[in-house]
Amino acid sequence: MTDVSLGMPQLPAPDYPADVRARLEADAGEIIARYPDSRSALLPMLHLVQSEEGHVTPTGLRFCAEMLDLTTAEVTAVATFYTMYRRKPSGDYQVGVCTNTLCAVMGGDAIFEALQEHLGVGNDETTEDGKVTLEHIECNAACDFAPVVMVNWEFFDNQTPESARKLVDDLRAGREVLPTRGAPLCTFKETARILAGFPDERPGAVEASGSAGEASLAGLKLAKGEKAGPKVVSPRGGGGPASAGQPVTETGEAPQPHPSSHDAPRKTAASDPDNPAGPVAKEGK
Amino acid sequence: MTAESAEKLLAPVLSAFWDDPTSWTLDTYRAHEGYEGLRKALAMKPDDVIAYVKESGLRGRGGAGFPTGMKWQFIPQGDGKPHYLVVNADESEPGTCKDIPLLFANPHALIEGIVIACHAIRSNHAFIYLRGEVVPVLRRLHAAVRQAYDAGYLGKDVLGSGLDVDITVHAGAGAYICGEETALLDSLEGRRGQPRLRPPFPAVAGLYACPTVVNNVESIASVPAIMNRGKEWFRTMGSEKSPGFTLYSLSGHVASPGQYEAPLGITLRQLLEMSGGMRPGHRLKFWTPGGSSTPLLTDEHLDVPLDYEGVGAAGSMLGTKALQCFDETTCVVRAVTRWTEFYAHESCGKCTPCREGTYWLVQLMRDIEAGKAAMSDLDKIADIADNINGKAFCALGDGAASPIFSSLKYFREEYEQHVTGRGCPFDPAKSTLWADDRTAHLEVNA
Repeated sequence: MTDVSLGMPQLPAPDYPADVRARLEADAGEIIARYPDSRSALLPMLHLVQSEEGHVTPTGLRFCAEMLDLTTAEVTAVATFYTMYRRKPSGDYQVGVCTNTLCAVMGGDAIFEALQEHLGVGNDETTEDGKVTLEHIECNAACDFAPVVMVNWEFFDNQTPESARKLVDDLRAGREVLPTRGAPLCTFKETARILAGFPDERPGAVEASGSAGEASLAGLKLAKGEKAGPKVVSPRGGGGPASAGQPVTETGEAPQPHPSSHDAPRKTAASDPDNPAGPVAKEGK
Repeated sequence: MTAESAEKLLAPVLSAFWDDPTSWTLDTYRAHEGYEGLRKALAMKPDDVIAYVKESGLRGRGGAGFPTGMKWQFIPQGDGKPHYLVVNADESEPGTCKDIPLLFANPHALIEGIVIACHAIRSNHAFIYLRGEVVPVLRRLHAAVRQAYDAGYLGKDVLGSGLDVDITVHAGAGAYICGEETALLDSLEGRRGQPRLRPPFPAVAGLYACPTVVNNVESIASVPAIMNRGKEWFRTMGSEKSPGFTLYSLSGHVASPGQYEAPLGITLRQLLEMSGGMRPGHRLKFWTPGGSSTPLLTDEHLDVPLDYEGVGAAGSMLGTKALQCFDETTCVVRAVTRWTEFYAHESCGKCTPCREGTYWLVQLMRDIEAGKAAMSDLDKIADIADNINGKAFCALGDGAASPIFSSLKYFREEYEQHVTGRGCPFDPAKSTLWADDRTAHLEVNA
């Protein structure tokens, strides 16, 4: 038999040092007390162990399992389902560029590309100084502020490639960075602790950035009789999709693929026009 | 259009004082008649509160439009089990951006609504399941819940009524599927967020197998105003079947993106005319009435009343009123490809049609976008979408099929151009926020 590595961790995972464990046990007790059933504490507890080590480690999984009387397999199954749990060491600042359709179209794709080039890292990779982890994220419920960049899950609205480059430069240089909506940035670990349900006690954190962003007030201002922006152009007719431009190549060659795929494998089975028995055939035909 | 007509057409209720510099605080909320609806509700019997909300005609604002009062009525009474209220604050539907600004600027509207709902359904424990990726909102929810406890609106014997209500704020961990109510319940129980088979419905066996109401943030936050100002007042807005006010979220290639609170039934044309229209020099090409899971509409549909019946009659759904507007610079194939990648990424994997179907749709859509597809692939994506739609375990699958069907219906020619032209005829640089801004033009490097 040859050894086959399945990428599985060595079990059992080491425990936390005694003082860390005692501190986390007290926190876990507080989380568990919020719920009628202890298992409900699992998601916040995974945020808690992430606040200790910056990602969910085998030690953290073991800790959650022991506290909740679950198996590590059960805990791992949950931890791997949710995208906010990191499974490898990452940076102090998680910079997430929204590349869901609306933000992507409004410039999110350009921003993500600019940051990859500027930082020299790809998706879900960390800069060498350990400061910034870059990733693309899905819709973050701020489409009226598109394109949106999130840093440690605080809002940076209406970004451009230029503003995003400056943002990551400031983060790497240790300069104070203020979100458009949210509190002065804390580290990823500190953010994870808030997510575990322990309120941010920093003075001014709740008040920071004011009541609502500009876009949130657009309708209210109109309703109060304040005028809309100067750019009054009603939708007008004319021009079809063809007016947007010509095909990129006219020679019939396949052009470079569009920068649309990030995650999934690119290779596909070839479509077979000679075999109409594929899914094209409707039921009953 | 003048600002005067905007004043007539809009109806800020939940957003009425978001411009106050401390709008999220208890003091500001009380200065705007906050917690007055609760006082009135506590003076009524629980069943009367349910009947009142039912008669107001309030319908769920999370997408499906189910009558809120009826949902509350389904909770069995005298069954000896604990009852739970779970607020769905997992706002993740692409394009949807109403609950997050609402909770950021006015979290007490939700808390007051929760206490009223708990009184009505005889619950002593409510959960707010907030998506995790919005820490600024989580901060304000933590603060608002603490303020409400200190002021006696939460905890033991609320305002001397004998009602006990506790709220647990629970942050999710990143999974679109948890916006589906039964997946949300599994997630709240500490499991992978996968939908449950129904029946039993949550009203009978929800959280911890106990009777549970799951309501959207905006639905619950609308209840205090109804209790305070009356169901008749509520019914003066909107239509018979879709009464009341709601938040419309305008985004994309519009001059003034943002939140517009208005009576149900306003049209996109009215919203665009009052807010400055599309960005200068461009025209509307396609839009979603309520997030990416609602079939696309075009400029033919500018006068469709944006209520449950009106949008339904136009072949789409009101959904979350997330009006994502795209102009003629946008490639519909690119837009649909990206949404399809989203559904494939977020498919929980429980059922085969959705898990496999979204995977193959992504492969085909990428090929079409890149000009590598055959014409028969257009029929193939339609067929795969048909094999997902209505055949998946939950509505995520239907949502994945919607952009495919609707874009093929209105823009098949554009798909064909990608195939015959062996590539995308659009320049993505022209769609960006800064595309028409000469000073920033050098930044465009898409």
